[in-house]
Amino acid sequence: MDIVGVLPLDVAGTVIVLWLALGLLGLALQRSPHLITNVIFPLGAFVSLALAATGFLALGEVANTSILPLGLPGLPLHLRLDQLSAFFLILLGGASFGVSLFSAGYFKSMQGSTLGLLCLEYHLFLASMTLVLLADDAYMFMVAWETMALSSYFLVTTDHNVPDIRKAGYLYLLIAHVGAIAILLSFGVMQGGHGIGAYTFAAMREAHLSAFWASVAFLLALFGFGAKAGVLPMHVWLPEAHPAAPSPVSALLSGVMLKTAIYGILRVTFDLLGAQQWWWGVLALALGLATALFGVMFAAVQGDMKRLLAYSSIENIGLLLVGIGLTIIFHVYGKDALAALSLTATLYHSLNHACFKSLLFVGTGSILHATGDRNMGRLGGLIHSMPWASVLMLVGVLAIAGMPPLNGFVSEWLLLQAFLLSPGLPNSYINMLVPVAAAVIVLAAALSAYVMVKFYGVIFLGQRREKALEHAHDAGWWERAGMTWLVLACVSLGLAPVFVVGQIDHVSQLLLGTQLGNAADDWMFLAPVDTERASYSPLYFLLVVLGVMLLTTLLVRHFYHGRLRRGPAWDCGFPAQNARMQDTAEGFGQPIRRIFEPFFLIEREVPTPFDAQPRYHGRTEDKLWYMLYLPIKWITEKLSGWASLLQHGRIHLYLTYTFVTLVVLLVFV
Amino acid sequence: MILDPEQILAVVFQLTQLLLVVLLAPFLTGWVNQCQAWLQNRSGAGVLQPYRVLHKLFHKDAVMAHNASWLFRATPYIVFGCMWLAAAIIPVIAVNLPFSRAADVIALVGVFALARMFIALAAMDVGTAFGTLGARREMLVSFLAEPALLMVLFTASMISHSTQLTRIVETLAHHEFVLYPSLAFAALAFLIVLLAENARIPVDNPGTHLELTMIHEAMILEYSARHLALIEWASSLKLFAYISIGIALFLPHGIAEVGNWAGLPLAIGLLLLKLLAAGAGLAVLETLLAKMRIFRAPEFLGTAFLLAVLGLLIHFLLGA
Repeated sequence: MDIVGVLPLDVAGTVIVLWLALGLLGLALQRSPHLITNVIFPLGAFVSLALAATGFLALGEVANTSILPLGLPGLPLHLRLDQLSAFFLILLGGASFGVSLFSAGYFKSMQGSTLGLLCLEYHLFLASMTLVLLADDAYMFMVAWETMALSSYFLVTTDHNVPDIRKAGYLYLLIAHVGAIAILLSFGVMQGGHGIGAYTFAAMREAHLSAFWASVAFLLALFGFGAKAGVLPMHVWLPEAHPAAPSPVSALLSGVMLKTAIYGILRVTFDLLGAQQWWWGVLALALGLATALFGVMFAAVQGDMKRLLAYSSIENIGLLLVGIGLTIIFHVYGKDALAALSLTATLYHSLNHACFKSLLFVGTGSILHATGDRNMGRLGGLIHSMPWASVLMLVGVLAIAGMPPLNGFVSEWLLLQAFLLSPGLPNSYINMLVPVAAAVIVLAAALSAYVMVKFYGVIFLGQRREKALEHAHDAGWWERAGMTWLVLACVSLGLAPVFVVGQIDHVSQLLLGTQLGNAADDWMFLAPVDTERASYSPLYFLLVVLGVMLLTTLLVRHFYHGRLRRGPAWDCGFPAQNARMQDTAEGFGQPIRRIFEPFFLIEREVPTPFDAQPRYHGRTEDKLWYMLYLPIKWITEKLSGWASLLQHGRIHLYLTYTFVTLVVLLVFV
Repeated sequence: MILDPEQILAVVFQLTQLLLVVLLAPFLTGWVNQCQAWLQNRSGAGVLQPYRVLHKLFHKDAVMAHNASWLFRATPYIVFGCMWLAAAIIPVIAVNLPFSRAADVIALVGVFALARMFIALAAMDVGTAFGTLGARREMLVSFLAEPALLMVLFTASMISHSTQLTRIVETLAHHEFVLYPSLAFAALAFLIVLLAENARIPVDNPGTHLELTMIHEAMILEYSARHLALIEWASSLKLFAYISIGIALFLPHGIAEVGNWAGLPLAIGLLLLKLLAAGAGLAVLETLLAKMRIFRAPEFLGTAFLLAVLGLLIHFLLGA
């Protein structure tokens, strides 16, 4: 795209500057909130679109780099836009275009001063995520990473008057920083003691670490990025912070920010360390499986719609980690075609998740505005009062449940193909692990359909559980526009997999040195590896299903009739039915709670038949919080308690400490 | 565009099967019911009864609840379309089906999942206690049955090195009655899945409207007339599809080869025989078993899942 002599990297840099400018402009325009929502956010959205286009053009280009004359003396900032960055820029730009359009409608009821600040934080968040993807040295990366963590912390705590939200924000900040320390240490290991000159990624690629130090760096990176992504057991912040944030922010956190952690794992493992040990893959695979199953199980028992989606994000991150683990295993054993297949599945799923999870999160925002309630047990029947939102969300729900011919199915299909092609690895233990892993994956996928039926059915279908829901209004025009964009992304990613896989091949070429390609000569058929092995054509699929449905409708109308009467619901002749008799979210999740009981901490309070004021109360909690986090907190408190014995706040005592230290040191020297 | 004769033949085979399955499916349901009647020492309504029921239902005026939405109206057509498609892409009379390139076994399971999701959502649409109960139980049964089915299909596709149905059937049909240990486990798992997914005893009982036991019937309580007819027909197609999968995986011998005109009548005849035998077997099984409590169903299906995983594991270990 060197037609006009502008490099994609320059455009991406301009995008960052534009976002910062828009954010500051928003802060300056506090007095006129209409301008912020109707002008600044849409402008920001089109900047996102420009970023996605830049990423798209940069995918087929050679990597371009630049050194900024900023930073510390002797430590300039390095930027690089290669295929991996470009792919994630498309993800960031594409998803944030929809979310920003939605925000233009969503934030219009907000007060001026908070709105101005929020506008700055929002665009700073987007800019810092872009910088994370472009950073080419450890210093730049950490600065961008921390800016991202801080700006998102302020976004999460937008409603800081609520104590629970402050608590959620604190937990998020804490875990983000524990993770950041691990990432910093990982970079420290990778620069291999070569001093300050080796802090660039280019130097880290050249540094050949011993197997031990490479593994240390990998483990630290997995821990650090895992904490950001919500991998078990560092997931606790996610179901707290996502519901606390305003919905468009939740969409960005879940749809885009979690992917920057996936980007980090890919960058460190494949680009900087070169994926050396097979057990790295097994570790990632096992962690991913545990995370996926944990996430979907907990999603099934949630009653709060945003918490449900947050747990579903944990599940999807697990699936992505499984894909990464599989890629490492195949890469180490030299099965490059399979490594490319599982990497493609991973990247494809990242893109898909960015689309449908952003869509569902912003959708909950519309519901929240229309009804003022996040608890699914007080919603219901919204399909009648919110026709737009209900249709758009239905697509998202079907996509996330992995239904053909939408996009979730394609990445699931690719991942399962990778599993099916895997026999013949030289390690028989891994050969045994693979079918078990495939079983867990399909179990998680089937459970996610359960979760999504519950999510959509309880919120949109049935009778209204509260009287006030009659007056729920549909999503506004900006909101519809944003959601429609994300729906279009879901549909087109589902219908044109051959094209998408062709684009992802550029990333595989960079990370693995090989491409997946398409075995079928027909653009309609997705056929990785071999047409005889497997092929899938979503377009044919859709056409045939639609054709068969149309034929059925016409035949029924032609040979019979289309008469229809309305009457009261039949319900087996039971006359006294009311909205309270439908399943609540808790009721719908009850079988899962019962089957997987050992995994939950269940607190239940059931009234006796003689209670004058019967009260039912049930809570399902995460055991890990009590078994892992509270002991850590307890130990930390104890340790700091002992440390505080030394601290008295009196100056002469500290002078004595200094003196004693000096004497002891002199004795030793 | 010039089509070579082989392609025309393939299209003819595909259309034949499309038409054949949709017309034969109610017959299979009728046959199973008739066999059950005989086993229970009743005279039965005859194998053509499902056709009469469908005809009657199509003629009636549809009644819908006041608060039923468009989703409720569209679902019968979606479910019928999905099931018809599913039954039409499983190679039972000929291996050369053009559409099988577009949808492999994973997509086949996807079609079933799509239909199930819509019917569960439609069940929740009217907002009655029975509807949501049915939807919840259906999803409970399927979240274990669907992975088990996929595992069974994976075992078969491991043996044939392909996830395409036609390739699987071709490979398996050419092996002269070789007993694969992995397929034996898969067959057992598949049988359990077949019973559960088609709302059969011991998981569900298609013959009652008793609130303690029903799953599938609870979901479709609010449907009437042509909508109900389409759903009933779709259920027949689903049973047909599952039995076809069973035949295709475990008893594919005698299927028509590529470009074999003469093989077609023989293949159809053999298929009918296999279907009759399978239907009779299903009736015997249902007569012998008793309906189990709803919370025993996950254990039952968990067994199927474990058996299927075991089958796949055996394939990985023994390579057979």
